[in-house]
Amino acid sequence: MSATPATLTVHDLLGDKKRRNREARMRFLFRLAAVLSVVVSGLILFTLLRGAIDFLRLVPFGDLVDDSTAPGWFPRRERFDLPTVVLGSVVMGSIAMVVAVPFGLGTAIYLSEYASPRTRRIIKPIIEVLAGIPSVVVGYFALKFIAPDIVGPLFDPDKVQNMLAAGIGIGILIIPIMASVSEDALSAVPQSLREASYGVGARKSATVARVVIPAAVSGIVAAFIIAVSRAIGETMVATMAGGLDGSGPRAVSPLDPGLSITAALTNAAGGTDQVKDGAPFQVLFFLGLVLFLATMLLNTIGNRFVRRVRQKY
Amino acid sequence: MTELGVTSVTDQRPTLRLEETNVSDAVADDAAPATGHTVFDVQDLSVYYGPFRAVRNVNLEVRQHEITAFIGPSGCGKTTVLRCFNRMNDFIETAKVEGRIDYHGVDLYDPQVNSTEVRRRIGMVFQKPNPFPKSIYDNVAYGPKLGGMKKKSELDEVVERSLKGAALWDEVKDRLKSSGLGLSGGQQQRLCIARAIAVDPEVILMDEPCSALDPIATARIEDLMQEIKQRFTIIIVTHNMQQAARVSDRTAFFTTEINPESDRRTGVLVEYDRTKKMFSNPSDERTEQYVTGRFG
Repeated sequence: MSATPATLTVHDLLGDKKRRNREARMRFLFRLAAVLSVVVSGLILFTLLRGAIDFLRLVPFGDLVDDSTAPGWFPRRERFDLPTVVLGSVVMGSIAMVVAVPFGLGTAIYLSEYASPRTRRIIKPIIEVLAGIPSVVVGYFALKFIAPDIVGPLFDPDKVQNMLAAGIGIGILIIPIMASVSEDALSAVPQSLREASYGVGARKSATVARVVIPAAVSGIVAAFIIAVSRAIGETMVATMAGGLDGSGPRAVSPLDPGLSITAALTNAAGGTDQVKDGAPFQVLFFLGLVLFLATMLLNTIGNRFVRRVRQKY
Repeated sequence: MTELGVTSVTDQRPTLRLEETNVSDAVADDAAPATGHTVFDVQDLSVYYGPFRAVRNVNLEVRQHEITAFIGPSGCGKTTVLRCFNRMNDFIETAKVEGRIDYHGVDLYDPQVNSTEVRRRIGMVFQKPNPFPKSIYDNVAYGPKLGGMKKKSELDEVVERSLKGAALWDEVKDRLKSSGLGLSGGQQQRLCIARAIAVDPEVILMDEPCSALDPIATARIEDLMQEIKQRFTIIIVTHNMQQAARVSDRTAFFTTEINPESDRRTGVLVEYDRTKKMFSNPSDERTEQYVTGRFG
């Protein structure tokens, strides 16, 4: 304890000037980092918007959805049929959801309701590993295993590369997000509700089906929406295993090769289909904007559902 | 330890056997109140959480159509013991039960006994009101629907009867379809009681049912207990000695013992007797100290 001075002035409590400055510098650096990420996001959106507007000046929106001309997405020949790529994304995304929802939700229910703490400690990290597999690896897996060894023998498609194989690959990629978001929602259901159900003589299965899942439904919907957003945004698997075929037709079979929005973007950005300027180049910004808006919308809705879960209990 | 002969044993009820599974048959004969018949016979019950013994050597008998209160300081194991009666401790992985609880002569922890069936007959009301995030109607109809009741007219009738039984009907009859979570705390707790009695159990376990309620809501629940005592056997855990004195016929006083080696607390049953005696002339000094407010 220091001796109390006879008189205390403000100067005595100012502290060390060097330390004060250091504090200010640190605050500035961290704020700069935060501001920078906001600025970069803004710049990306601005670039996309500007490129998309330029594109729409060259090719009016009506032409993009005009079905009187031949369908197909061939940017170098200036054939931009939006439904072709949107359908490609929708078909592959739907297949992915058909794979991811039962496996993801099933995993979540098992982990949250049935698994012993020990089993949970083993399985959770494995799912996290699955989430960490680079999508290009899953792309090869879809191309070299799912397509020839599973889809091939079962459905005998015309080409090895097809949207079914790609969709299954994308589904595998999004199982972890589906599982982890819905597991959070299920675990957030208070134990007291489960006990209330057991207390009137409900079995475990009835408790899960009639109390836990209904109580967690908004979180499960959130998981679904976020997974859809990931499925639509997934690029490598769709590019590698999906067939890269932009010829349409608009009535698509999952066994046909196809082209998703993301695959159309990568396809134009590199490789043989590389384009540099004009409408074939500007269309990339337009597609990017479409993709950005779609996933942003889905994520916003999804997060709103997540918040609703948090508020309830 | 317990005083016999409060009323003569007039109940003609046959001893329940494992093979009997129909809830309504077993309970339907008991329209007339008959005290004296032993519902639960607890013999040398100890409960462990992992290696740690939470409660040891509890012996008591719970009688039909009586309200039995468990009192005692925090951590004395009264809730733990209560949750043994409907095997709620099954969900705690480390929990292990030693000794016997006979329910009409059947060992509740016999490997052949199905815990779900036990909970159908032995309902529970929890400390914190825990209605499902469903409508008032669906909360009450939940149990009967599980039991296979499908007809709307039957369900309507059970819901009305149960809500009336829980003294809630008049307050909610015009909004049965609105959420149970929209009710006040006291109403929610009565809804939980309605949900419990809708499956027509024989016993209702109440784990501090009034601890989250204000005095007016508490008084309503206590009145309700006196009413439904005619139909059910009730065991209530309470922190509130006055509550035990007001509502119960018999009281069990638990306290904690500190193990000098591990410094862990273990709950013990100190005394179990008629409530009047427990609060006026207890046999054990610790009971007297507790009920006169000198410790705990």
